Amino acid sequence: MNERKDSSYVRRVQMDQAPVFAAQQLHHIDIELTERCNNRCVHCNINRPEQDRGAIERELSTKEWKSILDQAAGLGAISVRFTGGEPLLRSDFVDLYRYARHLGMRVLLFTNARLIRPEIGALLEALPPGEKLEVSIYGMGAQTESAVTGVKASHAQAMAGVRELKKRKIPFVLKWTPLPFNAEDRVAFRKWVKKVMGKDVTPGLNALLELRGRRDSEGANRRIREMRLAPQAAAGMIRAWHPQWEVKMRAFMARMCVPKGVDDRLFSCGAGREASVDAYGKLQPCLLLRDPVLTIDLREHTLEEARRDLFLSLRECRAVHPEYLKRCARCFLRDLCEQCPARSWPEHGRLDRPVEYLCQVAHEQAVQLGLIAVGEKAWNVKNGAARLAARAAAQLPDADISGIMAGGEGKCHE
Amino acid sequence: MNEQTAELDQVYVPTRNVVARRIEKELIIVPLVSGIGDAEDELYSLNETGEQVWKLLDGKRTLEQVMAALCELYTADLEVIRRDVVGLMTELLRRKIVETRS
Repeated sequence: MNERKDSSYVRRVQMDQAPVFAAQQLHHIDIELTERCNNRCVHCNINRPEQDRGAIERELSTKEWKSILDQAAGLGAISVRFTGGEPLLRSDFVDLYRYARHLGMRVLLFTNARLIRPEIGALLEALPPGEKLEVSIYGMGAQTESAVTGVKASHAQAMAGVRELKKRKIPFVLKWTPLPFNAEDRVAFRKWVKKVMGKDVTPGLNALLELRGRRDSEGANRRIREMRLAPQAAAGMIRAWHPQWEVKMRAFMARMCVPKGVDDRLFSCGAGREASVDAYGKLQPCLLLRDPVLTIDLREHTLEEARRDLFLSLRECRAVHPEYLKRCARCFLRDLCEQCPARSWPEHGRLDRPVEYLCQVAHEQAVQLGLIAVGEKAWNVKNGAARLAARAAAQLPDADISGIMAGGEGKCHE
Repeated sequence: MNEQTAELDQVYVPTRNVVARRIEKELIIVPLVSGIGDAEDELYSLNETGEQVWKLLDGKRTLEQVMAALCELYTADLEVIRRDVVGLMTELLRRKIVETRS
């Protein structure tokens, strides 16, 4: 470590802790460059065909994306997530990537790695993204992976992409989605991750499949429901996936679970605080929530105006569904449950109806954590705060709780 | 480390390894590549005088001319300005935030 002091003209600051950034309106922007994907995954909640002309025509142009990136940087954003669909399908990806980096923003790229070819590898090596890429893998062989992706070449191309990242020392994490097709590959995946990474790291896990956010195919949603792990199996897998899961969850409870009594606010999460823009320029509350009533068109409004209006409107949303008011609003597991408007919308077409599956998973986990007894309903528990306090571990300040929540992303909490 | 000291007859320019962002009243230098800071995520915030120096790195002025321009803006003693500017530029050179114009 260099001991040199800062000069009177220049001061060193850490990006995430600098007061000047903390005071900014916006810290991060999610950009879904396209809904199109070169895979046709059976469980996917957003993909459209790679050559979907209608989608291509509706997508924002390079100039429009640059304008949004300019606005985000002007509001203080220090990072952008490029996701999709498969963001590398955009023919202007390299241009947009360079543009974002030269605005001084770190880039988080979500990809299936099939298009991480040498020219993309060279770009990421020469101009590092500043964030670890996140790569989704669906099988340990061509047959398994193609059963998920619907594309014969997907496995070989994804493996080539991972090799390219590895060869060029570009930091990345690998993610797994448990499906009936790849159940037998799960152990092999963990071994492969260890080999690729050179150490025993915990890959990402997308254990709870989400329905299609556009609500565009009841058939597809039915198939996704059928592919979900049973609640007990899902809770068990999450627990087995993360070393020291219980210790980390107790740390999570200590830091993130704040019993609020009866709470009918729909958006007590971070929705709307940052910015999330779909492929067609609609600002959404978050990446998952695509209810058209809650989107604002950035072709007609500036990002600053749209964020202000959206954020204020979200804070006023209250639940009215009787089941939500009876259960979720009074449930002391609220902060441990994945139930939220973004999950409710694809399931029920409204924001405030409980998602039974998520409720069951949360209850299974609560049993594992000793918070409730088998068969007990958390919304009937009178001493929830005391139970949380008794099980939480306040003395684990350094426990890494990222990715510990069931959905795997763990970025929804305020 | 073999340190290069800034020299008054040289012309210095920002490297392609960084971008400058204005955040409120601060000019923040953001590295685009690894190895500039001592830690990941390290940025550099220039104070008002540092920003004046940065603006004057136009690829034409020598460091001496940069100092002369600063003398027109500030009332500080020339020696003080010289010491501070050379110190700043040496620091930026060491971190590959600026380079000698080729």
